[in-house]
Amino acid sequence: MKRRTFLKGTLAGSTLAVATGAGLLTPSAVLAGTWPKAAFDTKDAAAAINAVMGSSDAAASGDIKIKAPTQAENGAVVPIKIETGMDNVESIAVMIKNNPSPLASMVALSGNAVGFYSTRCKMGKTSPVTAYVKAGGKLYSASQTVKVTVGGCGG
Amino acid sequence: MAKLTKVKTRTSGDQTEILVLVNHPMETGRVKDKKTGELKPAHYIQTMTFEVNGTKVAEASLGPAVSKNPLTSVAVKGAKPGDKVKVSWSDNKGENGGAETAVS
Repeated sequence: MKRRTFLKGTLAGSTLAVATGAGLLTPSAVLAGTWPKAAFDTKDAAAAINAVMGSSDAAASGDIKIKAPTQAENGAVVPIKIETGMDNVESIAVMIKNNPSPLASMVALSGNAVGFYSTRCKMGKTSPVTAYVKAGGKLYSASQTVKVTVGGCGG
Repeated sequence: MAKLTKVKTRTSGDQTEILVLVNHPMETGRVKDKKTGELKPAHYIQTMTFEVNGTKVAEASLGPAVSKNPLTSVAVKGAKPGDKVKVSWSDNKGENGGAETAVS
């Protein structure tokens, strides 16, 4: 078992390195199962969204609903739900601007999946939460501020 | 270190929500251990794959900013009762897990 995990780990690591090295870390690579390390590491929100969506040029849309508390008492668990009525949704990303690394989570959708994603995030302090939705090759976004009274990123 | 994974479905109208709960510490690598004063190493889920009847419907990438014991969900349309739902995840230490259920 140990050997198997080790092999898997090295394999995944090397594919990622090759993908980044060749500049192939595109959304299709993400769908193929590569974890976008660069996007999760960066401190720059625009760079992160560019890395996962292939563009940082998002149009504001009223068709994206963010369901998140306006005031979160506990920053360690902030439920965030994103819904959109758009067709052909390819991916959805959650960005928390004032976190150490803004990209919290993203999902690549295919098949019968609809524009819906829900997760729970940690938030260090009050920050705008932005949802990015890529549908039909275009990028849309919507934002909501969540106030945090107790931070959830530890001391 | 088997980590408990639970999968549940919830249908409303023609949409079926797939909910996944994983017992996982989701350490960011930024938190100091109060006893030793050293940083706790990062340990978090990186990818989560959702399948319905063997077809991949969603692949989520999670960062350290996702809460511990994360509850994550996506939704599909047109799922019928009895359809098989499979969710698998893997973390940055190479651990992995998953669970299966049927649409109720």
